[in-house]
Amino acid sequence: MARSTPEIPNASMADIAFLLLTFFLVTTTIANDKGLSIQLPAPLDPNQPIVEFQQKNLFTIQVNSSDALLVEGQPLDDVSNLKDDIKRFILNNGADPLSSDNPEKAIVTYKTDRGTSHKRFVQILDIIQNAYYDVWADQSGVTNARFREAASDTSDPTNKDIYDKGRKGIPMAISIAEPTKIGG
Amino acid sequence: MSKFKKKATVKQDIPTSSMPDVVFMLLFFFMVTTELRKTNIDVMQRIPEGTQLRKLQRKSLVTDLYIGEPKKTEQFGKEPKIQAEDTFIEVSGIILWVTRQKDLLPENERDQMTVALKVDSEAKRGIIADVETELRKANARKVLYTVSEKKLDLN
Repeated sequence: MARSTPEIPNASMADIAFLLLTFFLVTTTIANDKGLSIQLPAPLDPNQPIVEFQQKNLFTIQVNSSDALLVEGQPLDDVSNLKDDIKRFILNNGADPLSSDNPEKAIVTYKTDRGTSHKRFVQILDIIQNAYYDVWADQSGVTNARFREAASDTSDPTNKDIYDKGRKGIPMAISIAEPTKIGG
Repeated sequence: MSKFKKKATVKQDIPTSSMPDVVFMLLFFFMVTTELRKTNIDVMQRIPEGTQLRKLQRKSLVTDLYIGEPKKTEQFGKEPKIQAEDTFIEVSGIILWVTRQKDLLPENERDQMTVALKVDSEAKRGIIADVETELRKANARKVLYTVSEKKLDLN
């Protein structure tokens, strides 16, 4: 004989729970913690002597208050070749006597104005870092994206190898100068 | 014959009574892991785009600083402001703020604190440079400019 067991209908409970679940899935925003990472220099010590660098070992990029670009003293409108210029400068190794002696001495100086927009600042910094990541990735024989992934998590031994191999002998020397006070 | 008949009476439904439990478990998992935004951001946040992004290793060591034009311009003016947690702070207050943030971290990790600068595209370098100078003084020298990934790589 079939006996009906008294039960609260719980078939719809799953639906309700799913609805809540979907709500949380949709509204959850995963925080964006990605960006361009830099290390600021130590505070200026007034007793420290000023170090002079040879002009040929410096790659100068300047941006004025109207976001116009000056690269090595020349105005530049189209930034598409800037990355390759920086790469050539880093890896010059004395081939061109007017460019850097070796990657260790090469410094990219980046100077902005107080009126430069953050958007432009990030765009140029992105290009400079792109040049360095490309050089590093080439040296360790991986793609740029793979290299950055390895650099983000060096706790893994494989990643650490890629990272160390890429950076060997090529420091990322980006000097971000204090912005000028008056727009020019 | 009777043997087979007996077998046919066995209940064949998949038990669904435990399904809500499973789903609730998932629900609780998401509710617990979801980090609700702690602060209301009162400055404009049109994050610039870039390609060479790096992920941060340890999220617990990251503290955010928002810079941009206030959303309520009639109340706070149009000049870009710095927001930390729920309040606007002045450039001169940054060292104190960094010290407070460092106190929240375990002692051996304090020097690894990273400041994520979430800066609006239209903010000017001047204020950001002032902030950087203060961060250097406060010895919080790891900085991340928060940038969103560019979808199309034009370079």
